[in-house]
Amino acid sequence: MSKTSLSQSKPDNLPKPKINWAKVEEAERFAEMVKLFRQGKINRDDFRRFRLQNGAYGSRMTDDYSMIRIKIPAGEVYPEQLEKIAELSESFSIGNAHVSTRQNFQLHWVALEDVSEVMRGLSEVGLTSREACGNSIRNVMCSPLAGICPDEIFDPTPYAIATARFLLRNPMNQSLPRKFKINFTCCEKHGMARIADIGLIPYKVEVNGKLQNGFKIFLGGGLGAQSFVAHQLEEFTPEEDLLYTIISVVRVYDRMGNRENMARNRMRYLVNEIGWEKFQNIVLKERAVVRATQSVVIKLEVDKTPEVLRKVSISSELPSHPQGFSRWIKSNVMKQKQPGYSVAFLTLESGDVTANQLRVIADLARDFSAEGRIRNGFAQDIVFRWVRDEDLPKLYAGLLEVGLANPGSLTMASVIGCSGTTSCNLALTNSHRLAKEVQRKFLELKLDEDDDLRSSTIKISGCPNSCGQHEIATIGFYGGGGRLGKDMYPLYTMQLGGRADEKAMLGLTCMKVPAKRVMPTILKIVEIFKSEKRDGETLDSWVHRVIDGNGGPNVKSLNDIKESLKSAVVAPTIDQDKDFYVDYGNDGSYHARTGRGECAA
Amino acid sequence: MQILLDQSIKVLDIRKEEDYKQGHIPEAINFPLSNLLADDSPDKVLQYTQSFGIEDETSVVVYDDTFGALASRVAWTLQYIGHEDVSLLDITYGAWRRLGLETSIEMPSLNKKTHSLKLQPQILAAADYLMPAKEKGAVLVDNRERLNFLEHHIPGAINIPYRMLGSHQNILRPKEELKRLIQNRNISTGSEVITYCGSVGTLSGLGYYALKSIGLDNVKLYVRSFKEWKSLDKPIEKQSDANYWDLSAE
Repeated sequence: MSKTSLSQSKPDNLPKPKINWAKVEEAERFAEMVKLFRQGKINRDDFRRFRLQNGAYGSRMTDDYSMIRIKIPAGEVYPEQLEKIAELSESFSIGNAHVSTRQNFQLHWVALEDVSEVMRGLSEVGLTSREACGNSIRNVMCSPLAGICPDEIFDPTPYAIATARFLLRNPMNQSLPRKFKINFTCCEKHGMARIADIGLIPYKVEVNGKLQNGFKIFLGGGLGAQSFVAHQLEEFTPEEDLLYTIISVVRVYDRMGNRENMARNRMRYLVNEIGWEKFQNIVLKERAVVRATQSVVIKLEVDKTPEVLRKVSISSELPSHPQGFSRWIKSNVMKQKQPGYSVAFLTLESGDVTANQLRVIADLARDFSAEGRIRNGFAQDIVFRWVRDEDLPKLYAGLLEVGLANPGSLTMASVIGCSGTTSCNLALTNSHRLAKEVQRKFLELKLDEDDDLRSSTIKISGCPNSCGQHEIATIGFYGGGGRLGKDMYPLYTMQLGGRADEKAMLGLTCMKVPAKRVMPTILKIVEIFKSEKRDGETLDSWVHRVIDGNGGPNVKSLNDIKESLKSAVVAPTIDQDKDFYVDYGNDGSYHARTGRGECAA
Repeated sequence: MQILLDQSIKVLDIRKEEDYKQGHIPEAINFPLSNLLADDSPDKVLQYTQSFGIEDETSVVVYDDTFGALASRVAWTLQYIGHEDVSLLDITYGAWRRLGLETSIEMPSLNKKTHSLKLQPQILAAADYLMPAKEKGAVLVDNRERLNFLEHHIPGAINIPYRMLGSHQNILRPKEELKRLIQNRNISTGSEVITYCGSVGTLSGLGYYALKSIGLDNVKLYVRSFKEWKSLDKPIEKQSDANYWDLSAE
């Protein structure tokens, strides 16, 4: 990039964060509380609740380090915020940040004594970690395609932001039975509306001859040790009922949710226990009460001011398309509904990104995104929107320089992996590293270029708790431990056929696969699919056909798949294959070790 | 800057000779860190000091282009042999250039002077000193990066990675920020603190000056650092059962 192009591309109308989510007093208070805790003046449980409410988890096997979860409402991040996160990660974390599956940024292994400094730094750019953990309403998500999706009815972003604003620090949300998740999405296809406590999809109906905006609202979904697909509350929820509905659901959950059994206190269990129809009735009645009693007091402040797009185009042309560009375009870029603009997805590895890469992403957002910011996606990824089609080669070249131009983002080659044993107390296996290894192998084999695999997904969790969302993957895995005689080895349970779209379903358990056999097993499934597929059939549709019992010619059922894979997953003895007994990222033998989980604290 | 260009002040440039030759602060004398590390015995350091024309009362300013860590190691060494008036330039050479300040490719002429040798053992910590001092309440500070610290460190040490100490422009953060970082750790200004890092006392040299700059009087540098500690087969502590390295995107 030449100097002139840089100066031309940095107009002075750079957008600033519209909302300040932060309160610097909370950082000061946190520092005080850490001192009191260290002096033994606050007990461990009280301190833990306080710490979680402020967005700091304990780390694997130690409370002396925290994982700080930075809330990114609707996933929108501005360049100056990215630069601050980069700086904070270098000063106080490990020089890397992590993009979660719920659009947050996470900083790992921050000394407890420095958490307040990170909070203070975040407050300088309007960001907060408040209520990012603990028994509160977590980051309000919104599809990274909202506003640009060809299939959406209207842009839900302003509603997501307004909801997040209403709920943050709201007294109704400070001590729920358990965490609570709200996901807005753009359309039926993109997003996670059916696996959240409250999921929302924009919808429009004709009321008295007039088209009215509203939502399809789904309740009681969620992934975890026991997962459920959500139920639709009603055919159509008009816009003006949005806030009342959210309040009603939260109130019902607050009142009726299980506060005794931590393993069963998410709202989906309540819905399951009392039955959907009863729950639905209670919510609708509650809403009538809320509407009648609160309508004067509260309002959702939806900012619908149209976005002013910046001019970002650059005149200097690249002589030719850089190497790898066409492969990247095919697997990482989608056309927006607005002609002339594209959206580009970055393929990270298990969501990890270095401080230096974050700074480059900030610069590229300034240079190439007409909205002057980025969004974190739903798949541990980062999304550039509003890129002019002719600027794509330059964006690609910029990403290439810092190792961010890997292809495969929108294909099965982009693998989700939760943090696993890298930092999480509950993890049994290093799912984080395994996801990276699978992704590297897939890209090496150029499987991202295979159209049959494009619409499928691979997601890996390090334990049954589903942070890696394995249950909505075409091929999903969750970690555990296996044993042959007295020797333990890392082992995954494989599930097939999960999805989160309008035909949402949870994957069905197929079989157990040792960690060191995960890659060959996936490749074997692809091989079986290739020999069995019908004309034009994709891997995910084939998996569904088999699961539904309509398989064939040879592999007719889930059990048949299992049979074909059996020989590949046999455990050798430790003398035959020592490496089999070692998890990824380790050099010693495998032991399943966990600490106390804090999700439920 | 005017003060720095004052002829009576000796300025030491700790960068490599080839970098120095391409430009340096006017009148700065090149003293690559590798020269010091080749032999950092007090007698040898005294020889260098005298050959640079530094007398007991001469003001010395030291700079580098490695966030102040190499300069810190040299400044500490001069203090150790008894030279009191030594300061770190508060910015790196890179920042000096970005600010558009004057540079030169001229070599200054050197006139050998005499300097006395008055060792200051109270700023040096040796391996055997650490554990007994810790027993008595001294704070051990490891200035390496977080992942290195988690992997292994001296038992009971706390981690203040060197990246925490600097700011965008300056080799050290503003004093009130540094004070807060130390207060957050419940370290009082009266505490004895011993800093160490990976091998030669550079990162921990910066740690040493960061702590001195905010009024901690009793700070020592374990100059042979973790490299020596390991070679002596002393006990080591680590954060086990966690694959933190796999969080790295590089």
